[in-house]
Amino acid sequence: MNVCTDQLAMMLADPGQLLSVSAFATDPRMSSMPEEAAAYRVNHGRAEEIYTMRPDLVIAGAFSNRQSVDMLRRLGVEVVVVEPAYGLDDVPDRIREVGRALGQGDRAGRMARAFEERLARLRSGRDDGLRAALYYANGYTSGGKTLAGQILQAAGFRNVAEEVGLSNGGTMPLEVLAMTAPDAIITGRPHAGAARAEAILDHPVVRALRAESADMVVPDTDWVCGTPHALDAVAALREARLALAAR
Amino acid sequence: MSRLTLALSLLVLALAVLSLVLGPADIPAAEGLRALLAGGEGPVPLVMREVRLPRMILAIVIGGSLGLAGAAMQGYLRNPLAEPGLVGISGTAALGAVLTLHTGLAALWPLALPAGALAGAGLAVALVMTLAGPRGGSLTLILAGIAISAMAGALTSLVLNLSPNPYAANEIVFWMMGSLADRSMLHVWLALPLSLLGWAMILPLGRGLDALTLGEDAAGSMGVSLTRLRWLLVLGTACVVGAGTAVAGAIGFVGLVVPHLLRPLVGARPSALLGASALGGAAMLLAADIAVRLVLPERDLKLGVVTALVGAPLFLHLIYRLRKEGL
Repeated sequence: MNVCTDQLAMMLADPGQLLSVSAFATDPRMSSMPEEAAAYRVNHGRAEEIYTMRPDLVIAGAFSNRQSVDMLRRLGVEVVVVEPAYGLDDVPDRIREVGRALGQGDRAGRMARAFEERLARLRSGRDDGLRAALYYANGYTSGGKTLAGQILQAAGFRNVAEEVGLSNGGTMPLEVLAMTAPDAIITGRPHAGAARAEAILDHPVVRALRAESADMVVPDTDWVCGTPHALDAVAALREARLALAAR
Repeated sequence: MSRLTLALSLLVLALAVLSLVLGPADIPAAEGLRALLAGGEGPVPLVMREVRLPRMILAIVIGGSLGLAGAAMQGYLRNPLAEPGLVGISGTAALGAVLTLHTGLAALWPLALPAGALAGAGLAVALVMTLAGPRGGSLTLILAGIAISAMAGALTSLVLNLSPNPYAANEIVFWMMGSLADRSMLHVWLALPLSLLGWAMILPLGRGLDALTLGEDAAGSMGVSLTRLRWLLVLGTACVVGAGTAVAGAIGFVGLVVPHLLRPLVGARPSALLGASALGGAAMLLAADIAVRLVLPERDLKLGVVTALVGAPLFLHLIYRLRKEGL
């Protein structure tokens, strides 16, 4: 019922064990595994459609619709609610949690260990003092207490959101972004269709900063969820940082 | 009268400077103003020229436009309740703007955005004028306004809800309440020419509106062409409201509050009220924009929230007084 737990479940389940994933998991703009997800039946998080599939177990995220979760529990379906990963160190726990729920403890343990090893490898390296800003629609940024902020840190960047006291993330006004003058600006890929919220990424200030600094557009899909794919984002950013430092 | 103009101009100037030196980035006032004028390298000139300057200019242009349009409509309809926001002109202009944005027209041709808002505003003004007529009572005017606003608001929401972009639905608030946050000089160039055109059409109407206070027959005998007056007013209002709404969303109540406050000071002459209301509108919107940045700087509070908090009680007061007069 949740785009992140869907992806973990697809990686951990035996063939035929997983019945259905949420519609978000098939959306290439939100999910890192849209092709895999296309093989499953799609649900929209509504209790009625999930119940009629007669599952033994439903895995939901902490932000899934509460009414639907309560309804499924009243109908006698077992629901496991998995907290989102708030940082990279939470990810192995989430992998094991979903693995336990699916009865795939061994596979999950192996995946969690592989994650930890790869993360440790990626984290090693010297600090070259490069500063980056994460900048999303509506002028939103993420700090070090968020998954995206930790991905940035693991890749070796210093996050300018920390400098202005936004360690949980929040709205960073354009003026403040301009004053921090980061070495790199990392934005998401714009969605289809116009939105005023995303117009901010075309503002002359952002364009001017991009001209002076490195401009990176990273697919949002690897950033949102605490899955092994988050390390792909770390690796991509690390490459970018090394290229920037070599300039 | 000229004393009032001078006082209002000074007020606008003071608020404009205040609007330039206030902001979330801590820039000392003197350094900021120097960077604004002298330019140079680094982030400070960037902030001053690309973030704060367009915001200040737009507040003056749009506030002035709304004040002027309010005063002109009230003069023509001889009804103190006429106002671009209340009678649905801003809302319909927003619908026009949203349609051009979400059909992709605005991406193909930048001027499509103000053109769409202009078409929406023009349609609404013409509709209101036809429904209310020059002699129309308050009731017809308000009912027409409610119907037009509701229709425009619903269609705007519908278009934004149908958009494939997940952020679009959040924009309903922007289009209905208005905001000047994160506008750039591009938006100034989109709004300014059309606004100036509208001002050029409305400002010379003062004499005709003065004559109209004596009644239509008297105005006609004084050589005022009512047809021409009505057309210029409709087109001018559509231009200024369309231009403003296209870049800042629908901001209500400015055109209601400002002429109401200034009317006693100019002696109820519509011609004198036009210029004074334009200045007053600019001052009010600058003040409202400063207020949203001071009160809740992190929350992107909408301008329409502030103007409605000031304007709505006044609106109720006006209705109460009209009722007592038995209109």
